[in-house]
Amino acid sequence: MNRELNKIALTIPPSGIRKFFDVVTTMKDAISLGVGEPDFDTPWHIREEGIYSIEKGKTFYTSNAGLLELREAICDYLDRRFELKYDFNEECIVTVGGSEGIDLALRAITNPGDEILIPEPSFVCYKPCAALAGGIPVPIPLKAENEFRLTREEVEEHLTDKTKAIIISFPTNPTGAFMTKEDLQPIADLAIEKDLIVISDEIYAELTYEGVHVSIASLEGMKERTIIVSGFSKAYAMTGWRIGYATGPENIIGVMKLIHQYAIMCSPTTSQYAALEAAKNGDEDIAEMKAAYNNRRRFMVDSFNRIGLTCFEPKGAFYIFPSIKSTNLTSEEFATQLLLQEQVAVVPGTAFGESGEGFVRCSYAYSIDDLKMAVERIEKFVLSLENKKD
Amino acid sequence: MNEALLKAIENNSKRTVTDLSAMLGIPELDIAEQLTQMEKDLIICGYHTLIDWDKVDTEKVTALIEVRVTPQRGEGFDKIAERIYLFKEVKSLYLMAGGFDFTVVIEGTTMKEVAHFIGHKLAPLKAVQSTATHFVLKKYKDYGIVLDKKPKDERMAVTP
Repeated sequence: MNRELNKIALTIPPSGIRKFFDVVTTMKDAISLGVGEPDFDTPWHIREEGIYSIEKGKTFYTSNAGLLELREAICDYLDRRFELKYDFNEECIVTVGGSEGIDLALRAITNPGDEILIPEPSFVCYKPCAALAGGIPVPIPLKAENEFRLTREEVEEHLTDKTKAIIISFPTNPTGAFMTKEDLQPIADLAIEKDLIVISDEIYAELTYEGVHVSIASLEGMKERTIIVSGFSKAYAMTGWRIGYATGPENIIGVMKLIHQYAIMCSPTTSQYAALEAAKNGDEDIAEMKAAYNNRRRFMVDSFNRIGLTCFEPKGAFYIFPSIKSTNLTSEEFATQLLLQEQVAVVPGTAFGESGEGFVRCSYAYSIDDLKMAVERIEKFVLSLENKKD
Repeated sequence: MNEALLKAIENNSKRTVTDLSAMLGIPELDIAEQLTQMEKDLIICGYHTLIDWDKVDTEKVTALIEVRVTPQRGEGFDKIAERIYLFKEVKSLYLMAGGFDFTVVIEGTTMKEVAHFIGHKLAPLKAVQSTATHFVLKKYKDYGIVLDKKPKDERMAVTP
């Protein structure tokens, strides 16, 4: 039977997160720090705009690339927040979440056998999407001593004559790593030198706590080789609306539109109207949520370092990525035992690539009270491990 | 004045100095000092508890009274305000722009008690021209908190 199915799809391993999900859902008092989405509700004015669009009967297809006024608002937003200039007619497409943007970008640029560089630990979809597009994903293991930032040397070590593109995502899920303009410049220089396409997943761009996000596309000579993929999920707490976008060179966006047109037709109309409200009037919502995340972030880093699970200070996203090497357990053992013993769910670092071994991802998209309770239980667990050693 | 500190305790004054220190990245001693200073400066004017009295057997009646007054020469509105807010029945008092001058929020145990206060204490004040009383039937949201709904985490327990 299997021989009839897609060979590439069959090689894709199931998500490392799934089995934790199955166990957690059977536990009554479990606290989960395993969620990769905001805890805030979508701000009411955004939800209300979605509801209003339904009331007005705006329930039909939109143009394939997305509502013109939404694309215009997205391009205005990118200019206002990150000094990125795109033509909403030719260089912007509205997608079904950032995930579709990644898939489209990879399918648009990849020919069979092209190598796609993927720094890890990173979001779970890059490798499978690159493989499904016919490419060969090439992981670049990032290092804790660099605070999981990417260096030019690391990219150089993995370059071959088949290298087509690199996917970068800063701030990073799961590490919270952040790259400044100075950090990005050597990567940009190399991309230009070696004629690489850069897919820059900037879904966490609004959630930076020390310094403002800089897009690699804003560096000289990079706009014509960079596809920015982003969306409304994280910044506006709109994960379930499945609404994102991509901007980039006209020829690439053109191919992405073509694939999108046949695969998806258009993003959900209701979500597009809600997103329009977010892009136009949501800056204040972002500021409020960001301030709350920042308090939690400092609280978590302080707590984890105190209980002996060392943790560099993540400067973006809403995750901390503490080292659990001092416990002599693997990431998966740590996560499994913590869940069974103290009913706290964290995600093993290995779910985001092999270089995540020795780390776990803890989300701080929870109230301080929940985080406090989780930290108390984790501390108890770590103490019990130390007592066993004695 | 530390705005971030104020924001951190605005909706939960029970936060400990230790937690606030971790949340804001400021040493505990400094947090404690800043709190004390802001209390002294009357930036922090009190620490209250938001209670939904509808869930308690105790009877409570809340009324919003629109008050029109004639400001007194040389005293303006402040002196009249003082004469009003000194009554213990007055829970809040605001000077308004618009069709009337003060909003007075009164809390009593019965409507009769509130009516008695208005008729015998508030309305007869020399500066008061007229009053219009509105009774609160139900409180849905107070101080930014929806009273009758416990937030529920609808998210899946583990997601990438």
